[in-house]
Amino acid sequence: MNELVFFINNVLISGAVAGSIYALGAVGITLVFSIMRFAHFAHADMMTFGAFMVFVFTAMFPGAGAALGIPTPILMLPIAMVITASLAIGLDKAFYKPLRDNGVKPIVLVIASLGVTLMLQGLIRMFAGTSSRSLYIGERKEIYRIDVPIEGVLRPIIITDPQIWLIAFAVIVVVALHYFLTKTRMGKAMRAMSDNADLAQVSGINTKAVIMVTWIIAGSLAAMAGTMLAMDVALQPQLSFFILLPIFAATIVGGVGQPYGAIAGGYLVGFVETLSVFNWSILLRPLAPMLPDALEIPRSLALVGTEYKIVVPFFILVVVLIWRPTGIFKGKVI
Amino acid sequence: MPLLEATGVHGGYGGMNILHGVDMTINNDEIGVIIGPNGAGKSTMLKAIFGMLNVTEGDIKLRGESIKNVAPNKLVHMGMGFVPQEKNIFPSMTVQENLEMGAYIHPSRVSAMLEQVYELFPPLKEKRRQPAGELSGGQRQMVAMGRALMVEPSLLLLDEPTAGLSPLYMNEIFTRVKDINKAGVGVLMVEQNAKQALAIADKGFVLAAGQNRYTDTGQALLNDPEVAKSFLGG
Ligand SMILES: Nc1ncnc2c1ncn2[C@@H]1O[C@H](COP(=O)(O)OP(=O)(O)OP(=O)(O)O)[C@@H](O)[C@H]1O
Ligand SMILES: [Mg+2]
Repeated sequence: MNELVFFINNVLISGAVAGSIYALGAVGITLVFSIMRFAHFAHADMMTFGAFMVFVFTAMFPGAGAALGIPTPILMLPIAMVITASLAIGLDKAFYKPLRDNGVKPIVLVIASLGVTLMLQGLIRMFAGTSSRSLYIGERKEIYRIDVPIEGVLRPIIITDPQIWLIAFAVIVVVALHYFLTKTRMGKAMRAMSDNADLAQVSGINTKAVIMVTWIIAGSLAAMAGTMLAMDVALQPQLSFFILLPIFAATIVGGVGQPYGAIAGGYLVGFVETLSVFNWSILLRPLAPMLPDALEIPRSLALVGTEYKIVVPFFILVVVLIWRPTGIFKGKVI
Repeated sequence: MPLLEATGVHGGYGGMNILHGVDMTINNDEIGVIIGPNGAGKSTMLKAIFGMLNVTEGDIKLRGESIKNVAPNKLVHMGMGFVPQEKNIFPSMTVQENLEMGAYIHPSRVSAMLEQVYELFPPLKEKRRQPAGELSGGQRQMVAMGRALMVEPSLLLLDEPTAGLSPLYMNEIFTRVKDINKAGVGVLMVEQNAKQALAIADKGFVLAAGQNRYTDTGQALLNDPEVAKSFLGG
């Protein structure tokens, strides 16, 4: 049973945490693709930017959350989401819209977004330096140890406060997104534009407003994902570098342009990633007495070493695309 | 005052001119039919009227007001509807959602208009929860026309609404077009089923190589041996 708790801690919780972050990021990328038909590489840097905004406000009012009984970064998150959404709209106005208006090919927009990536990374480093920071300023990250009421179980289930917030946020976002896309006029207009942009315009849909709403959603979810990642680990300017591959893998695996696909892809990548670095030898240990002496269970038995974790998203990408060339949810072909 | 009046329209794609001075006039409550060989510029003319490509010369007026190079979403507000020749539905959305998108600018009229469109095209009511991309060709045409009717346009542009339909479906669509017209909607439609279309047309326009070749009443064009020989397949 101790082994099961170990599995819950290291696979179920870790996978759900990674998956939630990837899903929140991938939804933004997929929405931007479905409306504007280009891969927005600067998305991961909008995540770092959002987390950095939370850091700035938390540093300014370090005790603010305590009064309400919530971590200060969570209290600052809505502000950071608004600012990041504005940044996204601003980036579009300054860089992407002029290109779009000139009818450039999507690849030009992709390259422009690479330029924006470099610019944002430079800006964040310029103001924040390169050091790693905690979003908990003068606060303690709560760690909950939940004892399992079964005899002989010594290990508790461990989950941290930001992890609970993250999973809760992810659930809320999925439900809200579903409601938005299927029940609201703007959400349906978004799906219409994703299906057939010309016909959306012919139907009188205000395509400029749809584009703006897309950036608002993408920007605010990016800020949320970035902040939760920074709360779970730490705020580093190079966060975007580690997150970019898995969220693009999640987007493509789920089916490009498919919001539900991005969510499924995010959790798939998150869980496979944690499973692949999971140390199976601990789960196998209870079997040791039954095995012949010659078969010794090694101390560490993971599919890939933690240092190679970054290849896992690629691996999932290849496997899923062989099985389903346009992703789990039949994405729009690029 | 004519409902739609296009005079000397020049326009095309990028730098290439396709239309070389096309004239077209439709009065209130009329059905106009555009026929002509493939590549004549029929679809291009409808797109030019609906602000989807740059008109370089000439003018287009809706009830006397110039709508030259006015964006499509503005034209919808002015009472125009357009059903393109291709890609005229939202395939992953349900039939009902497709129709709702047609009335995007009048959200309060959606339920009333849905009733009217379902009355006009009863098969759509049964299929309302099905993705439009899973319908047959004829049913898709109904969705496409229904979507355009949802804004209660006073002028409806249709690009080959009967393309690829069986004779039965084709007659069905022509009957519906007549019904729509009787309800007070001006119709300008491109058709390859030229004889049947001219039969219900008040005005017929024969286009070739981006220019007017013949313009007359539908009946006169049907009876014109020259037109019959060159454009109606004898
Ligand atoms: N998107 C486009 N870009 C460039 N040229 C185009 C485009 N669409 C059409 N054309 C050109 O414009 C000319 C007229 O095309 P149009 O679609 O208006 O013909 P049509 O009369 O509707 O023919 P059909 O009966 O086959 O539908 C053709 O020579 C075609 O090659
Ligand atoms: Mg055509």
